Amino acid sequence: MITQVVLIVTAVKFMFIPLYHSTDFEVHRNWLAITNNVSVEEWYYESTSEWTLDYPPLFAWLEYGLSIVAKYFDPKMIKIENLNYKSDMAVLFQRLSVIFLDFVYIFSVKSCSNLVSNGKLLVFILLVSNPGLLMVDHIHFQYNGFLYGFLLFSISNMIRCNHLQAAFWFAMLLNFKHIFLYIAPVYVVYLLRAYCFTLSSIDGVHTAWYSFSITNFIKLAFVVVSVFTLSFGPFLDHLNQILVRLFPFKRGLCHAYWAPNFWALYNLGDKLLVFLLTKYGINIPKSEASMTGGLVQEYDHSVLPSITPSFTFIMTCLSMMPALYKMWCLCADRRYRPICFIRCIVVCATCSFMLGWHVHEKAILMIIIPLSFLSVLGDVDGRLFILLSTVGHYSLFPLLYPKDLLSIKIFLLLTHVAIVFGNVPALYTVETKATKKRRRRFMRLPMIGPFESIYIYGLILLCVYENMLHVAWGLDKTLPFLPLMMTSTYCALGVFYFWIKYYHYFLTFNVSKVPTFGQGTSSYNIRKSK
Amino acid sequence: MTKRADPDRFTVTKDALLPGIFFALLVRWCVAAYPYSGYRKPPMYGDFEAQRHWQEITVHTPVTTWYHNTTQNDLEYWGMDYPPLSAYHSLLMGLVADWLDPESVRLFASRGYEDDSHKTFMRWTVFLSDLYFYATAVLCICIDAERVRAKETKWVFKRTDLSTILFLLYPGLILIDHGHFQYNCVSLGLFLWATFFIIAIENDVLATIFFVFALNYKQMELYHALPFFIYLLRKCFIGIPPRSKFSHIVHKFNKLAVAVISCFIIIWYPFTKSWDNISQLVHRLFPIKRGVFEDKVSNIWCFVNVFVKLKDVYTNEEMARMCLVATAAAALPSCIDLFLRINKKKFVLCLINVSLAFFIFSFQVHEKTILLVAIPVALHLPEDPFMCFWFLLISTFSMLPLFLKDGLLIPFICTNVIYICFYSICVKLAHPNSDFLSFFSANRIDKIVRPNQHENSVLMTLLSTNFFFSFICMIWLIVAAVFIPPPVSYPDLPALLISVFSFCHFVLFFIYFNYQQFSMPMCLPVPQKAKTK
Repeated sequence: MITQVVLIVTAVKFMFIPLYHSTDFEVHRNWLAITNNVSVEEWYYESTSEWTLDYPPLFAWLEYGLSIVAKYFDPKMIKIENLNYKSDMAVLFQRLSVIFLDFVYIFSVKSCSNLVSNGKLLVFILLVSNPGLLMVDHIHFQYNGFLYGFLLFSISNMIRCNHLQAAFWFAMLLNFKHIFLYIAPVYVVYLLRAYCFTLSSIDGVHTAWYSFSITNFIKLAFVVVSVFTLSFGPFLDHLNQILVRLFPFKRGLCHAYWAPNFWALYNLGDKLLVFLLTKYGINIPKSEASMTGGLVQEYDHSVLPSITPSFTFIMTCLSMMPALYKMWCLCADRRYRPICFIRCIVVCATCSFMLGWHVHEKAILMIIIPLSFLSVLGDVDGRLFILLSTVGHYSLFPLLYPKDLLSIKIFLLLTHVAIVFGNVPALYTVETKATKKRRRRFMRLPMIGPFESIYIYGLILLCVYENMLHVAWGLDKTLPFLPLMMTSTYCALGVFYFWIKYYHYFLTFNVSKVPTFGQGTSSYNIRKSK
Repeated sequence: MTKRADPDRFTVTKDALLPGIFFALLVRWCVAAYPYSGYRKPPMYGDFEAQRHWQEITVHTPVTTWYHNTTQNDLEYWGMDYPPLSAYHSLLMGLVADWLDPESVRLFASRGYEDDSHKTFMRWTVFLSDLYFYATAVLCICIDAERVRAKETKWVFKRTDLSTILFLLYPGLILIDHGHFQYNCVSLGLFLWATFFIIAIENDVLATIFFVFALNYKQMELYHALPFFIYLLRKCFIGIPPRSKFSHIVHKFNKLAVAVISCFIIIWYPFTKSWDNISQLVHRLFPIKRGVFEDKVSNIWCFVNVFVKLKDVYTNEEMARMCLVATAAAALPSCIDLFLRINKKKFVLCLINVSLAFFIFSFQVHEKTILLVAIPVALHLPEDPFMCFWFLLISTFSMLPLFLKDGLLIPFICTNVIYICFYSICVKLAHPNSDFLSFFSANRIDKIVRPNQHENSVLMTLLSTNFFFSFICMIWLIVAAVFIPPPVSYPDLPALLISVFSFCHFVLFFIYFNYQQFSMPMCLPVPQKAKTK
């Protein structure tokens, strides 16, 4: 069945080739040109185009490799001066490169799904047909697929207790895209506890400090350091320049389209306060704050205190601390280690998504993808996955703003949601006489409560308003950014709710309830679900 | 006639129904993102412009002049040549277009109007028509296919979800309607509803009405008219009470006749002001002077044309007469068989045979007309998956030159791959140990349909080999048509090769399906009642 599913998904990806692509297409074309034409030392200095190279060195090497192949498709594509160049062959080459690199992702999904006994096929389909990746990589254009592939490789190795390989894959991943630094603390803590301390204790309260193994620590350090040397070695003299490029703190708190996180709510609160205060005649010092304007720039809040990068950084770290501590404790028991690890990745990714500085909406995939894997392993994970996969993928809609893509993104999401709603609850409902007799309440979605159901139905209203009513009422002239703001704040509510719920769940469960790999919660025949 | 088994209690397999339907709709939209026929090709553009032009005409000119050449209606530029219901549909969409964007249907000024938002609007009209007429009919038919069967005959292709997905994903219709741009889904959907009323509900009057609607949407539905006529006529002679024989038959017949005539009158009413109007309309619908075929069609005349240039030998009228005789001769056997040994499965087979006979032998055939054969075949697929699947692949393939002209190569390949994958998933679900390419084995698929069969037959192995070679040939022909530039003296060579290749298949399929129909006994074994808890 896996061959068929992969072929179907790949066929759909192929059909996306001529669709709209964002400026990221030009970004990656420019990087192809830079890496192909300029000597290695110059890579991070070249600035003919405004889209300078701002990914870590391994990604640059990848672009270099691609550029060698690109020559045979269209040699004009790899000229630095050819800004905004897109011939049919260039588009074809770039799209094909994403599709082929995606096979890394598919292999990693395969290796992960093999670890699951119950719902193996389901988790494979859920991950491979992830609409977020399809939208971001294959329509919007980016190379996230194979990066998440690395993450999943790392996770699957971690589950198999190949800690060194897991560390290797994650170090590679960091050197491809540094946004994964957000979940690095989880790796650090987990590898320390699970690999460097050789003894485990059942109760999880006492750590066997004396069992610290220097050899293991050195092995681990060797793997990580060698990967970093390999990557940054050629650029040792220019390290400063690279860091400037990699961490541009000149950008604003939120992206042009607010990612559905805490700061979106914060901005909304600010806007509302401004509105209320002006209504009651209190004057506020006006700052030119066009937060929803298209440009990425710094701005100040009008009423609420402005946020600085270091503040968000501290907030993110603080919010991660309890989860990391809890994981340290849970890791004491060998049986439950891996699943706690994945859950902690989800929690920490959510923390950084909610509170981070200049978060992109695409970063939600960092939560959804590990959570998809978890969704077949525990009922609470499954329940929250149902909620978050709907909201999170919906929040990606504004990325693809052209009107003619509306139907494609809706049906992409609907297909995925139908698979999720149809099959994830079936994993956890045990058919008994009582459940058979009890009729499902009207319009109640499976597994989730009434308010959550209403919230999800609200997305439909939101979608209708955004695409029909807003224009029909003629508001698109006066309030052009209202739909965007509504989407991001509405989704932010959902993600916030998910964060609280999941964090609470992670902090409060006790070990005996944790399901492990290879044990199903109920008998479930693998169903065809697509 | 078989009786339905316990119609009130039935369960429907819904595992993959919703995702499958959404996915099928997603595929439609993916195809719709590609250019339509005649995209940016002045002065005549293509079918898209034709549809848009009809909206323009129907919105801005009075009903009586729609089919006439007037100062406002230039019939040389995509004049109306579909029956009135099609025109009303255009009018309805034209009114909406006029409300949304008046420029897109302005008289004369809008010719060649190509705007992205208008393209999206037009795609939505096709999509909604598809959803409203075609997808619903498919769903109903597939639900029915699962519910009336006894448990032993409930093999995997009868599962509602899988059969619906397979039906909806048939690439030919998706590519023509959502890629090339036409509204075949409406007439075919109405036709499917008519068929549904015959094979599931057994409500002959409703079936008649829906079929008349289909016929009035596209005159091409005449391909299906014979089986409907014969079937309904024969049904008038069934269940005759011992007394008052004659009045019973007349009563039944009259009911149908009244339905047909009143439908026609209602639909044609605006044109009945003068006799001239009607004759003009009929002339527009059946244009003799357009020649026996256009482009390269995989039918016999195109095949013969390779050796004898038909246009030089015969006039159009002579040609039309020849076509009529040939078509009648080819369609008659299966019609007579249906009349004498009527049953519902035969009805579907008869639909296939007659429409295939029409496709191969009749006059003024387009390559798109194969859809009229393909839909009954898709209907028959659960009964005979192997041959029907093969036929459906060939039927899509026979339209390849058209798709290449429209720039639909990628969707053509992708939709076919998706279709094959879903078919392969079905096979896999029936036999868990089969792999991706198992669908080439006729034996294996035969075992799905007839679980009691255990030995592999030689004939089936032979068929599998044939299918395999035909599949390989298709792939090579696609590669050749795309990558090898045709010789300068024969620019049509790839198209011709494809049409001859498909024609050979169609003839064999014609023989096969006729054989199937004749070998089917009149009385089907009565299905045992499914046990209900």
